[in-house]
Amino acid sequence: MKTWNKIKSWPLFLPVLALLLVMAVNIIHDAATGVNPLSFFMISLRNTTTNGTILYGRIIDIINRGSEVAILAIGMTLVVSASAGTDISVGSVMSLCASFMCMMLAGYGVSSTTTLAVPLVIGLLCAMVMGLVCGAFNGTLVAHLSIQPMVATLILYSAARAIGLLLCNDLIVYVRNPSFAFIGAFLGPIPTPIIITAICIIVVSLVLKKTALGMYIQSVGINARASRIAGLNSKLLIFLAYLLCGLFASIAGIVASSRITSADSNNIGLYLEMDAILSVALGGNSLGGGKFNLAGSIVGAYTIQAITTTLYALGVSSIQAPVYKAIIVIIIVVIEAPPFKDFLRKQSAARAAKGVRA
Amino acid sequence: MISAIRRYLYTGSALILCTLCIFLCSCGQNHGNEDNAGDEKITRESEKITIGLSQIGSESDWRIASTESVKAAFSSSEGYNLIFDDAQQKQENQLKAIREFIDQGVDYIILDPIVETGWDSVLSEAKEAGIPVIVYDRLIEVDDDSLYACWIGSDFKLEGERACVWLEEYLKSSGISRNINIVDIQGTLGASAQIGRTAALEEAVLKNKNWKIIARDTGDFTTAKGMEVMNDMLEKYGSDINVVYAENDNMAYGAIEALENRGYKVGLDVDEGEFLVLSFDSTHNGLQLTLDGKIAVNVECNPLYGPRLTEMINALEAGIPVEKETYIEEEQFSGVSYIGTIQVRNRPYTVTYLTDEIISDRQY
Repeated sequence: MKTWNKIKSWPLFLPVLALLLVMAVNIIHDAATGVNPLSFFMISLRNTTTNGTILYGRIIDIINRGSEVAILAIGMTLVVSASAGTDISVGSVMSLCASFMCMMLAGYGVSSTTTLAVPLVIGLLCAMVMGLVCGAFNGTLVAHLSIQPMVATLILYSAARAIGLLLCNDLIVYVRNPSFAFIGAFLGPIPTPIIITAICIIVVSLVLKKTALGMYIQSVGINARASRIAGLNSKLLIFLAYLLCGLFASIAGIVASSRITSADSNNIGLYLEMDAILSVALGGNSLGGGKFNLAGSIVGAYTIQAITTTLYALGVSSIQAPVYKAIIVIIIVVIEAPPFKDFLRKQSAARAAKGVRA
Repeated sequence: MISAIRRYLYTGSALILCTLCIFLCSCGQNHGNEDNAGDEKITRESEKITIGLSQIGSESDWRIASTESVKAAFSSSEGYNLIFDDAQQKQENQLKAIREFIDQGVDYIILDPIVETGWDSVLSEAKEAGIPVIVYDRLIEVDDDSLYACWIGSDFKLEGERACVWLEEYLKSSGISRNINIVDIQGTLGASAQIGRTAALEEAVLKNKNWKIIARDTGDFTTAKGMEVMNDMLEKYGSDINVVYAENDNMAYGAIEALENRGYKVGLDVDEGEFLVLSFDSTHNGLQLTLDGKIAVNVECNPLYGPRLTEMINALEAGIPVEKETYIEEEQFSGVSYIGTIQVRNRPYTVTYLTDEIISDRQY
């Protein structure tokens, strides 16, 4: 009973429970259809001619395809915490960074290439610089001009994709070069996006653990004024959160565009800002800012992907999938909502009281 | 004191400028109205034909090629005065553009409608103003057919039939009689290209007893979605799949990436477990894949509407009646040399054997 209470008070309890519940659906489905109940969780090695031996299985799929949202969720968590608002431009910024990178790699006006016009590293740096510029733009508007985050980021939400199209001369730019495709393919047996996501998560959590940055951001989010009086540079911290959010958007853009070895400005990162915000919420973070739980957001990101993959596995067509996704999200959000938690607590207290009286 | 005088001067000159502008504009307007009346036939004939073109946007390579073709056909050196409007994916913009064309008194309106419905009132206005409307590419649904002069577009079902008949011929000529499992990566559901191409595949499956569609899902005509859908189909069916019917080149590209990433082979040898990919549109990238042997056959969706639209306008100008609905001629490409012609709907169609020259000679 004691360990159970300990588990229940673990901050990640509900997000992880939600993720496990989603996965459990697959066990039931597989058992009901007479397949090995654990087939969803099977990971196998498969020999391929192009990528050598690779890991294979639905779980790998979830972690692999959830990469972009997980990377975005890191930046979004910081932004939500520091400014009590969301950055709705991340999807468009992804597209812009990817377009800029592919334009640099292919050369302006070229629509399809197999040789790189500039070294890959330059292309990647260009994308990240573009991400930082976008982040700095959002950050300046929010931190220094005190514009509401949603309004400030609305500018790039609508403009960034169009700028990307301009950079690509209205074309879909294909960069079919193995060194570029590698980012979206495999490193040894593991999909590269998983490794990139892991690196991002490790670096950020180390920075948050080893420095006081995490605490500063939270205190600014709880009360910017009090933090300033206490000696924190609130504006700088909010600016920094947006800057990092832009950087992570660019990394997500690099991964997304490398997967399809092209810059499809109209479609890269489409609606992903919503998934990123949702993963922050699913992770048990308040969108009102202040305290945050990075691990929760990342679990949230993979939960979203797990829902999508589960629906595919159940054979739901991708047109109807959003309906079921919405239902599942509603259930998860209700379970995690404070009033519902209070209700459960009162119920169990009442039961305990009854027990005592009897 | 001096500053006050300066201020007066500025305000004064600004006012004069404004008046001048308004005056000039109204002059232009009057001139346009006289033009519209067209009572002096001789002056009219010596003038250029004014055409208002309302087009969807620039969301794909195909669309860009289409726009370029129409713009080139109606250039001023050809004797036309083209007013071009890019609707940026919004019907409101198209409605606004058409109303502006009517106000400007253009001779013809050419419309590539973004959606099928909602055109009745604006086209009635054009009809009242006596301006013929030519619709191309996508279809429109209006209660009164006389609201537009004619429509030119692709026969998407025919495109699908041509791909399926090619597959029949190919399987027959290479002596493959085994069961063929097909997956259909559909376009955006409800788009006319999706409806036509899916319908053609369904009919072909009914006709060929050993064919079967084992999975279908929409890839929204995009590479990323096509890749995702292919991945999931592979998780479920793996090497049971023989044929991938991708309803456009972008999705075919995504599907091929997914297949190759997972170590499956793309090619023609169905008996050896290779995945045979059929695709549509014949974009530059798609044809490159066809040349590489990764797409078995690629049926064109011709974006070059310019020449056909000019024919229509010339006919209407000369008073020759035009057919209400006509289809644009389309080609079909393959890296397989021995299937030269196929019979579809009792008519032979050429399958062009693809070479580097053909790709580099194409306009898009």
